[in-house]
Amino acid sequence: MNDTPFNFKDYVRSRFFPHMWCPGCGHGIVLGSLLRGIHELGLNKNEIVMTSGIGCSSRISGYVDFHSLHTIHGRALSFATGVKLSRPHLKAIVPMGDGDALAIGGNHFIHAARRNIDITAIVMNNKIYGMTGGQFSPLSGPGKKATTAPYSTIDNEFDIVELAKSAGATFVARSTVFHAVEAKDLLKKAIMHKGFSVVEILSQCPTYYGRKNKEGDAVQMMEGFKNNTVKIGSKKLEKNPNLIQRGIFVEDTDKPEYCEAYDHIIETAMKGNS
Amino acid sequence: MGKGKSVTHVVDKEWCKGCGICVHFCPKKVLELDRKGKVDTVRLEDCIACKLCELRCPDLAIQIINKQEREND
Amino acid sequence: MTNKDNIRFIQGNEACVEGALYAGLNFFAGYPITPSTEITEHLSERLPQTGGKFIQMEDEIASMGAIIGASLTGNKVMTATSGPGFSLKQEALGYACMAEIPCVIANVQRGGPSTGNPTHVSQGDINQARWGTHGDHAIIALTASNHQDVFKITVEAFNLAETYRTPVIILLDEAIGHMREKLIIPEPGELPVVDRLRTHVPKGVDYHPYLPREDDRLPMSDFGAQHRYNVTGLFHDMWGFPNNDPAVVNGLLHHLVDKIENSVNDIAMYKEYWLDDAEYVLVSFGSSARSSIHLAQNRRARGMKIGVLELQTLWPFPTDIVREKCANAKAVIVVEMNMGQVITQVKNAVDNPNNVFLANRIDGQLISPTDIKTVLRMIQGKGV
Repeated sequence: MNDTPFNFKDYVRSRFFPHMWCPGCGHGIVLGSLLRGIHELGLNKNEIVMTSGIGCSSRISGYVDFHSLHTIHGRALSFATGVKLSRPHLKAIVPMGDGDALAIGGNHFIHAARRNIDITAIVMNNKIYGMTGGQFSPLSGPGKKATTAPYSTIDNEFDIVELAKSAGATFVARSTVFHAVEAKDLLKKAIMHKGFSVVEILSQCPTYYGRKNKEGDAVQMMEGFKNNTVKIGSKKLEKNPNLIQRGIFVEDTDKPEYCEAYDHIIETAMKGNS
Repeated sequence: MGKGKSVTHVVDKEWCKGCGICVHFCPKKVLELDRKGKVDTVRLEDCIACKLCELRCPDLAIQIINKQEREND
Repeated sequence: MTNKDNIRFIQGNEACVEGALYAGLNFFAGYPITPSTEITEHLSERLPQTGGKFIQMEDEIASMGAIIGASLTGNKVMTATSGPGFSLKQEALGYACMAEIPCVIANVQRGGPSTGNPTHVSQGDINQARWGTHGDHAIIALTASNHQDVFKITVEAFNLAETYRTPVIILLDEAIGHMREKLIIPEPGELPVVDRLRTHVPKGVDYHPYLPREDDRLPMSDFGAQHRYNVTGLFHDMWGFPNNDPAVVNGLLHHLVDKIENSVNDIAMYKEYWLDDAEYVLVSFGSSARSSIHLAQNRRARGMKIGVLELQTLWPFPTDIVREKCANAKAVIVVEMNMGQVITQVKNAVDNPNNVFLANRIDGQLISPTDIKTVLRMIQGKGV
């Protein structure tokens, strides 16, 4: 652990700031929580590979002073799988948006979870495609307005936590950008977890989702995260079961991690060869 | 917790996009937006260095430096 | 003296595997698809024996992503596929062009479009190899007609990928991939192997991953090493950071195309048979070249002045070489198993395109010497 004071300028590529996210976008708060978490863990910047796909969220990789791989839409986890399996000592962190991770990238998401490869997937869930201008995503849910749902959405949404659990992820957690400290602590645990970890962080898109769905500005949307979420198992759920739960849903350290399992394959293959 | 004079606010007005999240969630109402819509520390003496503004700033534009905390390190 | 242990009787797909291992392959990601599956199967056994890594991914797109990721950490990487899988790989292939990531993609061609004719031979992906991914770009694609050459061009594919920091496509076809014949595996050192060129820029000194040296090569720095830089599919500056300044965009696109197109004659691999006095030149490649060589040999025995130009580099197309080799021909016959893909390039290359004819077959059957002879007789005005 690292007790020295945190200065985000030690971790970002300052020449690209101010960043390209809209005023009030929650993604910058995720970036802050992630960098604080990495600082507190005392990780060496040369050991971190940040791999992302396409979308607002994916621009995170260009802002951080790690090895950064900005790939193609939806496929970040497959690129990260190549990085991780080829060099298991590296920390693979994959920030994704909800569309990137679960629409075009849904297949890679469930298969990375199934393999239990030691990658940290961060789903920055703002329930909308921001980069392309406000189309609904597989996380929007029914009854929402979007530029491709002028009469409201009829598509059901995924529950990321349930999906990740059933696909085999061995660390699954959820937080929000209102709970930036909690998010930081969950990200730290996810990064240190040996296996596939998923952290869903609810984030606001005031520009498109908020405006289209009359959820107000960034402040009001963050108030929403405060009021509509509770810690796992909170008594408030008895009165209102629709509250979204935050915390760690799965933490399984027994299942073999993929790269370690492959090392055993190499051992076996090499014995047979000699 | 540091208070008043032991706390320094480092604000990068170039990075601040004026979303107002820090102003709204500050428990002591230390911050306001200035005429250009950028964050401004108007009641530093009331700051308790809780750092909620820093933690929730989407623009990484605020840093709260608590001298007491540093001396204790 | 050839070591007896180095003589194999194997499929072309296995010859490709042997060539890849000889070239230093240490990471492979793939997805099963006929008729390339044996490459994937054999590497699942062979790679871990050498300490290398094999992974069967969830689809061809993911396989392409995984090899690009593993190349960036400093590995020699490959994937293998056929028809529909090659279509799926195209976006990530373009990414590897743009981000200049060395990697090798083996496409064992089958009949298409769509699911087409999975277990039968075709050479219908020549133009897809060239233009499958969107946007202007250059590409290298190699092919071969026998297992010794499959081995050789596979090693060369890795060498070119490293030299030019680019994806290289190996275009086999079903007949070559599944046919069994002899392969003599060269001794280490017998064929040149180009290793990854890594930067000598020391820690703390600004490293430019996308600033070509005087010789146009770009030394790499492995992910995990001391230089932290950005890799993106967006137009980017010399540090790898997104940049859409018109001068940067223009410069990068020219660099991506020129580094390969300007080296067309260095990259060109071909074989020639009886061309010195040939009045009839068969231009062919892959399994079609076997039938072409057979027919030419047969006609030569009867006194006909006929020869074969067997192309091993299909892209960048060796225009000058084709022009030169066909300069004295009365007629040029392009022998290929598609509706005329390489012939377009040949017509473009020669002085008299009206003398270029197509001998082809597209029904999933290997083109035979008789098929070629039929075309030859028509050209000669002898009827069928």
